[in-house]
Amino acid sequence: MLRESAMRFLSAHSPTVVARNAMTLPGNVDLALWGRMTQELGWQAIPVPESSEGLGLGLVELTLLLEETGACLSPIPLMSSALSALALRMVPDSETQRSILQAIAGGAVVTLAHTAARPDWGAPGIAVSAVKRGEGWRLHGEARFVSCGAVADWLLVAAVSEDQRNVMLFGLPSDLAGIAVNHRVTLDQTRSMADVQLENVVVEESALLADNWLSALETALDMGRVLVAAEQVGCAQRALDITVDYVGERVQFGRTIASFQAVKHKAADMMLKVESARSLLYYAACTADAWLRGNARAEAVREAAAMVASTAGDAAFFVAGTGIQLHGGVGITEEYDIQLYFKRARALESYLGRPDESREVIAAALLDVDAPGADSHAA
Amino acid sequence: MRLEFSEEDECFREEVATWLAQHLVGQFQVIRGRGGPGDEHRFVPERKEWERCLAEGGWTCLGWPEQWGGRGASIEQQVIFNEEYARAGGPGRMGHIGETLTGPTLLAYGSEDQKQRFLPGIRKGEAFWCQGYSEPAAGSDLSNIKTRAEWDAEAACWRLYGQKVWTSLAHESDFIFVLARTDPEQQGHKGLSFFLLPLAQKGIDIRPIKQLTGTAEFNEVFFDGAACAAEDLVGEAGDGWRVAMGLLGFERGVSTLGQQMLFQVELDEVIRIARANGSAQQPALRQRIAEAHIGLRTLRYNSLRMLSGDDDGSLSREAMIYKLAWSNWHRNLGKLAVDVLGPEAELVEAAPYELNRLQSLFLFTRADTIYGGTNQIQRNLIAERALGMPREPRGDA
Repeated sequence: MLRESAMRFLSAHSPTVVARNAMTLPGNVDLALWGRMTQELGWQAIPVPESSEGLGLGLVELTLLLEETGACLSPIPLMSSALSALALRMVPDSETQRSILQAIAGGAVVTLAHTAARPDWGAPGIAVSAVKRGEGWRLHGEARFVSCGAVADWLLVAAVSEDQRNVMLFGLPSDLAGIAVNHRVTLDQTRSMADVQLENVVVEESALLADNWLSALETALDMGRVLVAAEQVGCAQRALDITVDYVGERVQFGRTIASFQAVKHKAADMMLKVESARSLLYYAACTADAWLRGNARAEAVREAAAMVASTAGDAAFFVAGTGIQLHGGVGITEEYDIQLYFKRARALESYLGRPDESREVIAAALLDVDAPGADSHAA
Repeated sequence: MRLEFSEEDECFREEVATWLAQHLVGQFQVIRGRGGPGDEHRFVPERKEWERCLAEGGWTCLGWPEQWGGRGASIEQQVIFNEEYARAGGPGRMGHIGETLTGPTLLAYGSEDQKQRFLPGIRKGEAFWCQGYSEPAAGSDLSNIKTRAEWDAEAACWRLYGQKVWTSLAHESDFIFVLARTDPEQQGHKGLSFFLLPLAQKGIDIRPIKQLTGTAEFNEVFFDGAACAAEDLVGEAGDGWRVAMGLLGFERGVSTLGQQMLFQVELDEVIRIARANGSAQQPALRQRIAEAHIGLRTLRYNSLRMLSGDDDGSLSREAMIYKLAWSNWHRNLGKLAVDVLGPEAELVEAAPYELNRLQSLFLFTRADTIYGGTNQIQRNLIAERALGMPREPRGDA
């Protein structure tokens, strides 16, 4: 039912022309569409706990929606706000936490500004330092690849302590003195990215959402990988659909090119990858929700996220790339949508970690001497 | 998607596991884990005896109605049985053609007399069946069947002439079901009929086909006037294609989780060797091992998705990709296995050609992407049935 209402709303209000138009909007985000979605459908409230005026649901519902918004390349900050809400469910209760969660439920744009992504997307990539200063903190450094940063009302900023030992999470209004948000033009023109500079930003103690946030950060990023995979599955599905439609219309040698086995077999391979990724996605969403309910270990979420991130990442890129090939010449024009899916697939493939990095997470758990379960595999 | 089974089903799992642990011992110890694909020709008498043991315990033909000695087990329970059976190291089932193909076909299309004569033998693990479909000229193009059946008025029976091929374990079976042409005027799927025949008779010659593994599980079966009683035609004459195609739909994925359990044993072996011989530290192999692990888990969730879906018997999207997915995964595992073994993969354990499990896996998995619908046929099916692309034109031959 949720999927049907999503498809109805998005086909009416978020055809790809909306994504194209958003290329010229501030921050590449269509806030009018977002406003309509938040008011009419309330999807932004899904991951927000009921105590903060949300629906208290989880990744099963979110991934289903993100498949559909991914399919439409909808230029809205649903993933950013959803991931922020999930991150906020992993910090202790506080006034600030509740007010940001309520803001999310009300439709505010909140995003994670956690990393410089060097050398990776986890804790080693954090490039903001937090120094205790009187009753509060002084934050200095940068965060990059901040989704929808240019239109964000709140930033969730990860920072490391002076001794480099502790990861903390701060909740900051984006207009705080010393914060500069720079929108970036991206290779994927339909996705919003920004750099955030923090120039000796002074905040009160109440801005500190969590101390000792290292393992929570890793789990939050795993949740993010599952959400990204949902977009990838949606992106891949739509790339397949529009390709099958196109080859069914294009006539060469007196027949539709869809009637050639060389084309049919590529389409079958595309579907195999989409459905494989989708099966893993459903598992990963269930596992993440089980963790949120206290019924799964963080390692299980980590494994599920790595499995689906690598599979969906490869699937989306393969499907969109093959989609261009099957479109032939028109596939490389600006006019046809397949190029938008190709760019989106590329962008998502490296966001929060490449497929090969995710596979290495799996490999390490299976193969390394000190890995859990190593005994059972001992030679 | 449902990731867990109900409490009742888990109790059933416990019951299966307990029974198997108690019975797969003693004389049956030697057949643990044997007789699977690539090993089907081994320990045949022991595995037939095991079928009778299973039958006595009430573990054959679980999905059949109680009236015919089954348990009327749900799809979930059948899945669980197959999973536990594989986990316990249950040997390759000698009775599976009879249980999963002949039986359901007779239950759906057979006469009362046929059911009474054939079902109890299958149920008791006493009558073993093989499948007579493929022919030299009817492989992927299954309906191009040349084997013919003629009515012998004098003897009041059907007489079969022609050749079947790739008939698994025909040399160890008692009966064969055969798709043969009864109307020589008709081509393709028209004019075919579905026959049940005892194999031990004049007019049937079974010749093994030696495979690239050096073993022979498959056979050619030649018919030269073999007799099939009038009452052993299933359905009407000319109705054979419908009966045969109905049969292909019976499997319904109940064995997929069990199959994956066997795959896991193989993958664990590859991982064990990789850790022992140092190839686990090679980045390219690490990627491929991870990919294999992810691929197997994907098959599992694909199956659970199938089981969670609508139970109307129609093939869902995830069901349509399953054959292509598992067969290529398994074939890739075979290659990964020999790559992990490195140069050792080249050394055979003993003369004349005694292969170890992984060498056999490597060679035999080349068949996976061929039998039961080749990769090419599977891709046609996906493109045509799931994606609605144009059907392949037939040649004029």
